[in-house]
Amino acid sequence: MTLPTNLKHFATAQELTEVINSTENVMVCAGRMGPMCIPVYDVMKTLEESGDYDHVDFRDMLFDSPETSILRNLPECRSFMGLPFVVYFKNGKVAKASTSIQNMDMVKTILDTEFVK
Amino acid sequence: MENTNYDAIILGGGPAGLTSGIYLARAKANVLIIDNSMIGGQTILTHEIANYPGIENTSGFMLANTMKKQAENFGCTIKSNAKVERLILDSDQKSIILSNGESYTAKAIILATGGRSRMVGAKGEQQFKGMGISYCATCDGDFFTNKEIIVIGGGNSALEEAVSLTNYASKVTVVHQFDHFQAFQHAIDEAKSNSKIDFIMESKITEFKGEGGLQEAEIEHIPTGKKEIKPINGAFIFIGYEAQTEILHDTPVKLNDRKEILVDSNMQTNIEGVYAAGDSLAKRFRQITTAVADGTIAALSALEYIHKK
Repeated sequence: MTLPTNLKHFATAQELTEVINSTENVMVCAGRMGPMCIPVYDVMKTLEESGDYDHVDFRDMLFDSPETSILRNLPECRSFMGLPFVVYFKNGKVAKASTSIQNMDMVKTILDTEFVK
Repeated sequence: MENTNYDAIILGGGPAGLTSGIYLARAKANVLIIDNSMIGGQTILTHEIANYPGIENTSGFMLANTMKKQAENFGCTIKSNAKVERLILDSDQKSIILSNGESYTAKAIILATGGRSRMVGAKGEQQFKGMGISYCATCDGDFFTNKEIIVIGGGNSALEEAVSLTNYASKVTVVHQFDHFQAFQHAIDEAKSNSKIDFIMESKITEFKGEGGLQEAEIEHIPTGKKEIKPINGAFIFIGYEAQTEILHDTPVKLNDRKEILVDSNMQTNIEGVYAAGDSLAKRFRQITTAVADGTIAALSALEYIHKK
């Protein structure tokens, strides 16, 4: 089960684990096709296409999939009560996590801080 | 090489901006639409649209996407997530400079920058966004199953969402600043007849508190100034919209005291060649249909202006 976005998806927890352990910088957005999530996917796609963040792997994951419990149950997401959950992984470890809608500036600020080129 | 000179540049890719784009591009004008976020404006924040004539039922995302495709098919160039740094409007050739250094010129400009959800402005609001404070009941309602929440506002959105949130929450308290609601009577009746909903009137939130997540709201009774602490797990905010016009504050475009754009019946601002449409206007009703109407008038007025130039 994946989201109908034009981003690359994680369908399974195993796939996510493999990618975050083999890729230095990964941004994952776990959400639904709802009003708070769609703008975040759009920001990610815009950044991916801009070429300015070639060092980041942009992915999404269906929030309600049982496989996404790997993100939902992260300690960093424990107090989150708003979609989407966005997790930034640096060398397999959580560098930052955010909840609820984010705009371009907010996402870029995190990327530029956590995933320095 | 990318074209940087257009007949018209439209700031804002919501229904007003996209409609202007459709009309202008169909009339063979060379059009650029720029939005600082995702194309679609506030329409994409609407789950279900059932009152757009000609379409029985759709989502805001689908409607906005169809408008975007129409605009592109007629030849509009669209840039989303592009931040405008500076506007030069008071000359024959208008200029727009983006934060990435790109600059564009046009004969006419249509300002369709739209609106955004108003925030309470209480202490802790930013801190607990997504950690108890939400602006979307459909998105986040299920996080509050069997929890006590407050809904802030007294318009249609607030009361309708309060009713919808009773499907999840154990108790919903509506907090409203006036002694009466602005919602339609049917929405008021439905909320008042719901046994899970309580009301605190003539009151405002002064602070959101908690450790890790939202746990309390400090509520002030406006006439007396008396404050009470209410234990809560969540707060949903529906207190209307405000115009998104910060980019115009350093320009000669006339705004009212609510920072909304003033236009004449042709959607012309006080500056020749600069038009405006949609939710950023000073007007009473803000609907997709009214934005589309504004966008049409602005485009046709701009076309006349372009042809005279």
